[in-house]
Amino acid sequence: MRTLLDGIRVLDLTDENGFLCGRMLAELGADVIKVERPGGDASRSIGPFYQDIPDPEKSLTWFAYNLNKRGITLDIKTRDGRKLFKQLVKRSDIVVESYPVGHMEEMGLDYFELKKVNKSIIMAAITPFGQTGPYNKFTGSDIIAQAMSGYLYICGDPDRPPLRVSLPQSPLFAGGEAAVAALIALYHRDIAGEGQYIDVSAQQSMVKNTVNANSLWFTYGMILERSGAYRVGLGSGTRARQTWPCEDGLVNFVIFGGAPGAVMNKKLAEWLKEEGLSTKQREEMDWDNFDVTKFTQEEWEQLEAPVAEFFARYTKQELFREALKRHMPICPVLNPADVVDFFQLKARNFWIDVEHPELGCVIKYPASCMKFTAMPVFKFRRAPLIGEHNPEVFQGELGLSLEEINTLKLDKII
Amino acid sequence: MGKQALDGLKVLDFTWVIAGPLVTKCLADYGAKVIRVETIARPCFTRSSAPFKNGNGPDNSAYFAYYNPNKYSISLNLKSPAGLNVARKLADWADIVVTNYVPGVMKRLGLDYETVKITNPDVIMLNTSGFGETGPMAPMPTSGNVLVALTGFNSFSGWPGRDCVQPYGPVNDFVTPYFCLAAIMAALRYRGKTGEGQFIDISQLEAGIQFLEPGMLDYTANGRLPASVGNTSPYAAPHGVYPCLDNRWCSIAIFSEAEWVSFCTATGIPALVSNTKFDTLENRKRNEEELDDLVGQWTKKRTPESIMSLLQAAGVQAGVVESAKDVCEDPQLKARNHFWLMQHPAIGDCLHLGEAAILSETPAQPRMPAPCLGEHTELIATDILSLSEDELIALLTHQGS
Repeated sequence: MRTLLDGIRVLDLTDENGFLCGRMLAELGADVIKVERPGGDASRSIGPFYQDIPDPEKSLTWFAYNLNKRGITLDIKTRDGRKLFKQLVKRSDIVVESYPVGHMEEMGLDYFELKKVNKSIIMAAITPFGQTGPYNKFTGSDIIAQAMSGYLYICGDPDRPPLRVSLPQSPLFAGGEAAVAALIALYHRDIAGEGQYIDVSAQQSMVKNTVNANSLWFTYGMILERSGAYRVGLGSGTRARQTWPCEDGLVNFVIFGGAPGAVMNKKLAEWLKEEGLSTKQREEMDWDNFDVTKFTQEEWEQLEAPVAEFFARYTKQELFREALKRHMPICPVLNPADVVDFFQLKARNFWIDVEHPELGCVIKYPASCMKFTAMPVFKFRRAPLIGEHNPEVFQGELGLSLEEINTLKLDKII
Repeated sequence: MGKQALDGLKVLDFTWVIAGPLVTKCLADYGAKVIRVETIARPCFTRSSAPFKNGNGPDNSAYFAYYNPNKYSISLNLKSPAGLNVARKLADWADIVVTNYVPGVMKRLGLDYETVKITNPDVIMLNTSGFGETGPMAPMPTSGNVLVALTGFNSFSGWPGRDCVQPYGPVNDFVTPYFCLAAIMAALRYRGKTGEGQFIDISQLEAGIQFLEPGMLDYTANGRLPASVGNTSPYAAPHGVYPCLDNRWCSIAIFSEAEWVSFCTATGIPALVSNTKFDTLENRKRNEEELDDLVGQWTKKRTPESIMSLLQAAGVQAGVVESAKDVCEDPQLKARNHFWLMQHPAIGDCLHLGEAAILSETPAQPRMPAPCLGEHTELIATDILSLSEDELIALLTHQGS
């Protein structure tokens, strides 16, 4: 079967700070080889674990973001390891790594060294703050990168400290940046014949997530504050509710202004009337010209009060079902069980079984979110076991003898 | 001006709000010619959103400008035959057509993939909608904020004993562009090898779920639902956000024992140094509340910048929880040219978002500020489409304002 990235090979040296890059390229059909240290990468010790048993072959984080990759072990810190790695670089298109700044150079495997063996190699480096600039040597993980992107500042309840999503997000944003940049570099290479070096900063990758916060500061000198269940950034310093308590949990509904909001606002007004909850303010609203930038906090509260009363009368599912009939986005706040059960995802065959023969089970994974008319959906292969593809890579492709492989094993190079 | 990786690539952009415009922004930043089709009757949501400068018309929104540098704008009334005719000509011109409508909109306009393909056989078309092209929810209107709740993000964000908190903003709008861009670039490569174009369907709900995958597997494999854990991590303590002077905050994360020792030495907090309650990660997790309190007592007498400098010099992870002001003044972001300041014809000095990756040979470049609505209508009509004078007049007089 032909895939979109047929024939492209990626050497993946990342840890949990860069996994997603290779994962995305593998999903598009590239041959992505995860290169681990002998015995397996440290990132295999990140949970949660299958059946809660801490084991390098049972990390669900590892499973999730190394799906469809092949795996080899190779100690690239040793002379022999480096030599083998360079042989692989010769046969590859992209190298992606997430070591601290300077580490690849210390190992003699920086971009200039790799270019000597493959002049059109593309190398992507993922770090918390990038390779250059005054903070380039700073150390960091998700919560630090999120903090310094400006995103964390606006997340959470106003009466508590800023709050992050408990699953690391900045490594995924950085990984996404690296995958896109690598493919842009590949496009350039296919035309111009030259490779290049890509420098991705996790801090920078999340700056875009703050919506108009930076523009508000730059234009109005206004600092956006975290606001929990409310939407802010409307320009007038007001806050508008977006998550609402209902009878058995929370629903999300956003009141937008202008033309985009007019259709929904009229539908909601109609529904509130049926519920006997209409107000004078609502009756008199000109929804086609509703300007949220001029609406006062008091007006918002008047507008929201009957909506809050209405939502509190019903369960999430009751509201969701009826809203669907009326073509309105009033949606329940879902947890993973609800998401797995969500009829829309089921209708698109989104949950797929991936076989884990070593565990004697199948695990349900999210399918690819990229659907192509020219590439059929291919069967997902579980993340590689430690050194699983050593024989096919070292013997089959680099042509090493069984004896040489055994020596490398004894010397702990693979 | 240096080399541009996507120089010569032609992109027709029917997107709006955030997710779609970020896809075409990236293509434009790397050199593609991106023509954004807009309409005076219904300008982009962000054009009517704050902040505004020098008036509050569609050209005055710095929010729109932030996300739309380097693009051309043509104003078309797609309800008029003249406007629709130009849109069809542009669809024939394009290598790539990007949309983010509910499915069916392009079909009604006669601009769907099957139709465009007849006259532009190798075109690549991508639509990213909330729920994708198929399934019962496909035609439902939605917004990024609603999708965040449906994706499950809220359930991974919360303090013990409280309702979960929705993370800020339309998160799916920021996740989705990565998948769209990777898909487009891969489809371009495929086209280069086979001569074939294609249609790409990307659901923003499904894209968002990729960013919660380990949590989803914890449910599908172990039946576990996420707990509200605040800012804690199972692998680090202290791990969180701590109060500083002037109602500001810093983040600190300590994973290894070596980092813990460095932290104790650097801060010299007497209650921490050589205290067996805190001597291992296990003990620090066991006494985490007390630990966080002691760290907070120390941080609240200091500025986040001084804490970051002190701890980073000791090899300990620490960072300022930056407000928008801090971000705009951040020396690291400045050194890496993350924001592009350009003179905008209506706004004046205007902040535009740069790119988070730096490519050594073909870096993203600020070439022009975000366009005013329809700024390039005449230019595109004459230079690209070679419309006759009569056709141009018909186009300009049927703007539907």
